[in-house]
Amino acid sequence: MTEPNTDVIQGTLDMLILKTLSLTPMHGFGIARRIEQISRSVFKVNPGSLLVALQRLERAGWLDAEWRRTDHGRRARFYSLTRAGHKQLDLETADWTRRVSAVARLLKAEG
Amino acid sequence: MSLWRQVTRGLRGLADRSRADQDAEDEVGHYLEQATADHLARGLSPEAARRAARLELGSVAAATEELRSYGWERAVDAVAADLRHAARRLRMEPGFTVVTILTLALGIGASTAIMSAVGPILFRSLPYPDANRIMAVWDVGSEGLPVETTFNTHRELRARTTAFDALAVFRPWQPTLTGSREPEQLEGQRVSWEFLRVLGVLPALGRDFDATDDRGGAAGVVVLSDGLWRRRFGADPAIIGRSVTLSDESYLVVGVMPRQFENVLAPAAELWTPLRYEPGEGRAWGHHLRMIGRLRPGESRDGAARDLAAIAGNPVPDFPRVAWAALDRGLSVTSLHEDLTRAARPALLALLGAATLLLVIACVNVANLLLARHARRRDEFALRATLGAGAGRLLRQAVTESLFLAGLGGAAGIALAVLGVRVLIALSPPELPRLSVVGLDTSVLVFAIGLTVLVGLVLGVIPARAAARMDAGGSRPATRHVVRSAGPARALLIVAQVALALVLLVCSGLLLRSMQRLLRMEPGFDADRRLAMQIRASGVRYADPDAARRYFGNVLEAVRSVPGVAAATLTSQLPLSGDLALYGVRIDPPVRDDQGEAGGTFRYAVSPGYFEAMGIPLRQGRLLDTGDRTDGVPVAVVSESFARRRLPNVDPLGRQVSIGDSEPFTIVGVVGDVRQVSLALSETDAAYITLDQGGSRDLTLSLIVRTDGNVSALADRVRQAVWSVDKDQPVVRVATMESLLSASGAERRFALVVFQAFALAALTLAAAGLYGMLSGSVAERTREIGVRAALGASPFRILALIVRQGMTPTVVGIGAGLVGAALTTRALTTMLFGTSPLDPATFLAVVALLLVVALVACAVPAWRAARVHPASPLRAE
Repeated sequence: MTEPNTDVIQGTLDMLILKTLSLTPMHGFGIARRIEQISRSVFKVNPGSLLVALQRLERAGWLDAEWRRTDHGRRARFYSLTRAGHKQLDLETADWTRRVSAVARLLKAEG
Repeated sequence: MSLWRQVTRGLRGLADRSRADQDAEDEVGHYLEQATADHLARGLSPEAARRAARLELGSVAAATEELRSYGWERAVDAVAADLRHAARRLRMEPGFTVVTILTLALGIGASTAIMSAVGPILFRSLPYPDANRIMAVWDVGSEGLPVETTFNTHRELRARTTAFDALAVFRPWQPTLTGSREPEQLEGQRVSWEFLRVLGVLPALGRDFDATDDRGGAAGVVVLSDGLWRRRFGADPAIIGRSVTLSDESYLVVGVMPRQFENVLAPAAELWTPLRYEPGEGRAWGHHLRMIGRLRPGESRDGAARDLAAIAGNPVPDFPRVAWAALDRGLSVTSLHEDLTRAARPALLALLGAATLLLVIACVNVANLLLARHARRRDEFALRATLGAGAGRLLRQAVTESLFLAGLGGAAGIALAVLGVRVLIALSPPELPRLSVVGLDTSVLVFAIGLTVLVGLVLGVIPARAAARMDAGGSRPATRHVVRSAGPARALLIVAQVALALVLLVCSGLLLRSMQRLLRMEPGFDADRRLAMQIRASGVRYADPDAARRYFGNVLEAVRSVPGVAAATLTSQLPLSGDLALYGVRIDPPVRDDQGEAGGTFRYAVSPGYFEAMGIPLRQGRLLDTGDRTDGVPVAVVSESFARRRLPNVDPLGRQVSIGDSEPFTIVGVVGDVRQVSLALSETDAAYITLDQGGSRDLTLSLIVRTDGNVSALADRVRQAVWSVDKDQPVVRVATMESLLSASGAERRFALVVFQAFALAALTLAAAGLYGMLSGSVAERTREIGVRAALGASPFRILALIVRQGMTPTVVGIGAGLVGAALTTRALTTMLFGTSPLDPATFLAVVALLLVVALVACAVPAWRAARVHPASPLRAE
C-alpha cells in the first residue's frame, strides 16, 4: 500500500557518513550511493541533508575536505576521515550497538 | 580544534562571501552531474537521466540555498543585511533620523548625567566605617534653625550622654606653616580629642589624640593629612615626634592620616590639632563649634535625640549654663549624611525630577515620530506584505530599525552624559557636598545602556505590531482610510508632550523669577567697587593685645595711603562670607522678660569708619567714631532688627547691652539691617562695637577697601601695603564684595542654569513633536485636502481646519499640564524665594509661550495645506 520508508534513521546519518568515509575518501554523491548500495536501498540519503551534514562534520573537525578537479574540469569536494573522526565513529558505533541490542532485547522479551 | 574550525571557517565565509557561495554552487552542481552520470550508466537516455537526477536532488536552488545558509556567519549576515536596510531607510529620511537620535540623546544623556551626579551625593554612604552611626548635633536657635554649639554644651553632653560612643566638636583653623620653606597658609581644623574616633578613622602613622592633649595648658600636637605629609615633608616617616612651627607656635607631629581618608566636614583641611579650651574661658560659651557624634552600637537616632533632649531639659549643678546656651529649645540630631546634603537635597531632587521628566518627554516625542513615520510607510509595508514578506520578517525589520535608532541615540546620549557630568561639576557651587564622589560610573553606564535597549524595544513594538496587523489584511495594500486609526493615539501623545513640557517650563520659570527677586534683594550695604580680604595678627609677637592693635592700626594707615583707595576699614566679621559666630545678648535692665527667646546676635568689632566704607545707613543716634577708644565709655551701635526685636517700643539709645560675656556697652546708634548669612535668609540681629573696645580676641580681621577706580587692579597694591607692615602675615580670601554677593546665590543659580537647559530642551522637543505630528498629518491628508479644495473649500477654511486640528490637543495638554504643574511646584517651595509656587505671572507666561510655539508649529504645515492644488493629490495617485 504505502511505499517502504527509505529515510535514514534519525540521528544515524553522521555515523553512516563517518563509516562510509572510514573506508576511503570520496565526494558527496559517492557517499550517498555507497550508503544506498550497502544498505541495499533500505536507506536513500536526501542530498540536501547529506551536503549540510558534511559541512557540519567538517566544521566539527571529524572530516577533512579537499577540492579537486574532475576529468570534466569541474570542482569536486572530496572528504576524508580525520583522527578525531575515527574516534567519533568508534564512539557512535559503540553507542549504536548498545542501543540496538537493547531494542532487540525489548522486542524479544515476552509477557 | 572544532571550535577553531568553527571560527576560522565562519570568518573565511564572512570575508569572502562570493567564494563561499561558489563552493556551495559547485558542490551541488557536482552532485547533480554525478547523479546524472550514474543514471546514464544505468541505461537511461541523457534527457531522462538529467530529469531523474533533478528529481533526486529536489530543487537545485533550494539545496544550494540550504547549503549556503549553514553556519553561524549566516545569522550575522542576516542581521547585517537588516542593519544595512535600516541604515538605508534612515538615510532616506534624514530629518526624521536626526530628530529622533537627538531626541533620544537628549533624554538618555540628561538622565544619565543627572543620575551620575546626584545619585552618589544623595545615596552613597559616607566613606567611614558604620557611617550610618555618625550623627550631626546642633543647638536649636530662636527660629528653630540649627545653630553651632558651645564648648561647654559639648562638655556637658559628653559627660552625661549614654547614647554616644564618642562626641566631638570642631572649628576651622588656618595656621601659617613656617620653616625652611616659604610660609604657607594651611586649611585645618581645631577639634576636640575624640574627633577622629567619631569618624572611625585612625592615623596610619603615629597615634590619635587623647584626652590629655586637649587641655588648656597642654603642649600643641598636630596630626597631618597624607597629602600635606607628602607635599611638605617628603613622606618622611620620621616626622612623627618632630616639631613644626605653625603661626609662630611649636607643635609636635603625633600622627599622619591614611591616604584614602576623606574629610567630608572640611574637604580642604590638611591638619588637625586639639581645641585646648578650658570651661572657664569666655570662648567656651561662644556658639562657633559644630558637633558630631558616633552612636553606641544598637542605638538609634531617635534614641539619641531622646537622650539629648532629656539632658537639655534637666540641667544639673555640675554643669551650670548661661542664658544664651541654656538648651531650652533642645538639640537637633540628624545623621551626618543627611545633615551634609540637607541644603542641597531639594535642588538635587528637583534635578532628578527634571531629568526624568525630560526622558519621558523624549520618549513620547520619539513614539510620536515613529508613529508618524509608520503612517507614511504603510504603503511600503503593505506592498512588502503582499509580495510575501512574513509577519515575522516585517517585525524583525521594524524592531531592528528601532533598535538601530535607539543604539545610535544611546551612543550619542552616553557621549552627552560624559560631557554633561563634566559641565555639572564645573558649574556646581563649591558648597555642594561630596563633589569628589561625582563621576560617570559603570553602574550608571549599564543603566544608560539598559535604558537605551528598553526604549528601542518599546518603541519598536509599536510599528511592528501595526505591521503585523497590516500583514493580516495584506491583500488590500495602500488603503488610505486606515491612516486615521493612528490619529487619536498621536493626539494623546501631543497632549502628554505639551503637558510635560508645561510642567518643566513652569518649574524653571519659577526658579528664574526667584533668582531675579534674589538678585534685586538689597544686601543692606553697598557692594560696588569694594574689595575684601582677610588679614591676621598671628604669632607670639602679637600675643600682647596692644601689639596687635598697633599692627592693625599701621595696616589701615598703609592701605589708606595706597593711591586709588578711597576708604579702608577693618571688621571682625564679613557679611556673606560664610563664617559668622553668634553671641548671646543680655540687656540690662531687661525690656522683655523673655529676652533669651530672641536668640543670639552677630557681633562685629569694627574700626571707626566701617559704616561709611560699607555704605550702611545710620537710622538713629550716632555712628562709632575715633573717640570710642579703650579708655572711653564702651559704646555699641545696633541694627534696626536688633532694636525692633529686643527693645520694642522704647528708645534704644542709652540702653546697656552685654554681648557674650562682655562688660555692658551703651547703645549710641541704630543702623540699617544687613544681609549677613545669605541674601535669602531674613536678617539676624547685629551689634557693632569698636575694635579698641572689643578686647583682644579679634586677631583675624577682614579688611574692606573702597575705591573710585578699578577694584581688581587694586588688590595687589593693597596686599603689598599690608606686607609693608609685616611681611610674615598671610593675606587670604581676597574677593570683591560683588563676588561675595553673587556667591550667595550660587546654589540657586546652579539649579537655575540646569533647569533652564532642561526647559530649553523640553521646549525644543515639544515644538519638534508638534511640528512633526502636524506636518505628517497634513502630508497624509493631502488627498482629502485636495478633494476639499476641489469641492470649493477656501484656503482660509483649510488653514483653519489644520490649525484647529493641531491646537485642540495642545489646549487639552495645557489644561492637563496646569494641573500637573500646580501639584509639582509645591515640591520646589524650599528653593523659591519671594515667589509663590503658583505664581500667576509665571504660569501665564509659560502658557502663552507654549501656545505661540504650537501656533507656529501648526502654521507652517497649515500654510502648505492651504496651497494644495485640487488636482495634485489625484496626480499623486
